[in-house]
Amino acid sequence: MSYEEIILDHWRRPRNKGRLPHPDAAAVEANPLCGDVVRIELGIKDQTIQDIRFEGEGCAISLASASLLTELVQGKPVLEAARVADEELLSALGGVVRTRLTCALLPLRALRKALASGSSET
Amino acid sequence: MDEHVRDGFPILQRTVHGKPLVYLDSAATSMKPTAVIEAEARFYRESYANVRRGVYELAAEATDCYEGARTAVASLIGARPEEIVFTRGTTEALNLAAWALGETRVGPGDEILVTEMEHHANLLPWQETARRRGARLCPVAVTPAGELDRDDLRRKLSPQTKVMTLVHVSNVLGTVNPVPEIAAEAHQVGAIVVADAAQSVPHMPVDVRELGADLVAFSGHKMLGPTGIGVLWGQRELLLQLPPFVVGGEMVREVWLDRATWDDPPARFEGGTPPIAQAVGLGAAVDYMQAIGMEEVRRHGQELTALALDGLLSRPYVTVHGPRDPAARGALVSFSLAGIHPHDVATLLDQEGIAIRGGHHCAQPLHRKLGISASCRVSFHVYNTIDEVGLFLEALDIVWKALG
Repeated sequence: MSYEEIILDHWRRPRNKGRLPHPDAAAVEANPLCGDVVRIELGIKDQTIQDIRFEGEGCAISLASASLLTELVQGKPVLEAARVADEELLSALGGVVRTRLTCALLPLRALRKALASGSSET
Repeated sequence: MDEHVRDGFPILQRTVHGKPLVYLDSAATSMKPTAVIEAEARFYRESYANVRRGVYELAAEATDCYEGARTAVASLIGARPEEIVFTRGTTEALNLAAWALGETRVGPGDEILVTEMEHHANLLPWQETARRRGARLCPVAVTPAGELDRDDLRRKLSPQTKVMTLVHVSNVLGTVNPVPEIAAEAHQVGAIVVADAAQSVPHMPVDVRELGADLVAFSGHKMLGPTGIGVLWGQRELLLQLPPFVVGGEMVREVWLDRATWDDPPARFEGGTPPIAQAVGLGAAVDYMQAIGMEEVRRHGQELTALALDGLLSRPYVTVHGPRDPAARGALVSFSLAGIHPHDVATLLDQEGIAIRGGHHCAQPLHRKLGISASCRVSFHVYNTIDEVGLFLEALDIVWKALG
């Protein structure tokens, strides 16, 4: 009885956790049902995600997902990052039970929102 | 509790994730015994028609079944049948109460007292009434021990207090509020007292005369009955003064194109075709619980709650919310695991077939007061066993080992 090792690993040792001094784009998404909150900050240069940080409060799945997502899109062109599909993140997490999909996908919602808000910036 | 009680609940024979189902979320909704499922099915098969209006035999039979359920519910809570209003559930009953009292008793500058431990169902209807009528909503504080702050209550009761509404048993803290004492204090300032009994009537003997409230709301689905049926009990004299919340068929005396006159309670508050089969199912649930005996239902709930409390309090990684004394509680315990989100606890226990609640249990202001965003909750009913409490506690240790 436990989570996939990759979820435990990212939950215990989160990557890219913190804030950027001067983010080019940022967004917060929350799930009021359980109180999960995730903030994603982006440093964008030449239409590419140079830097990414996340901050969050919530369950292991949402926090692990945020951490993993930062690794997934760092260095990617903005357009490519915006096209990361739900299924891609879920399979990178090793699969998530259907009752917890909203937790797992919360960081991706924040990323898409940040990318949309920062789309005019370079 | 008779060990065969559990066998009478077909769903408890199934497995979840390959494990026998251990259902510990009865405070959200209870499972149904064959007696209730069959009573509803039998009514559809043998006696179904619309109620009250038909002059044919089948309609008379259906009406007898429906009114028989009303009599059964009345006998459970020491009431008269004409004081039992069938609603869709506790939420609708409390909306009815808040709207009708708002229309007749609450005006600009008046005050409505609620408490910090209310379920959203007994908070939002009063927020709306206060907003609509220009009244003030005054929340009574909860102490760190999880009880109502009686001094704060006394400070806030005044001649401006038109309504005092409170939960009988908290769905998060488990606290049994002393409704008779509080109702007496509120009545002294002339307030109408409303009690949300959704977590008490299903689990313990409740006599509405002893409770002392003027209006009492509860749901069928938490007391082994069907969904879609609930009850608003009211003092006859008060019900007679209240206007209908839902208007339409079956609740009128005479209708003209521009006006209508209302039928007497309870019909006045049951506009439209009511949940007839669900009422019949609720009647069967009441018969089922009365055959066990509400004293025994309470004793069993307290026994399991005491075991769960003991087990949780002895684990250093657990924080229990609410009273430590099982006698001061309903049949539920909420708790938190240090640094672990309740949804993670609930998901891992689910892998073992153990269904517990993780979330804010529709009581966000209370969780804010407790300084947490969510909590875990186990809750019991007649079909739960001592073994299940043990399985839950053992599994909780494994969760802690995996995530702690």
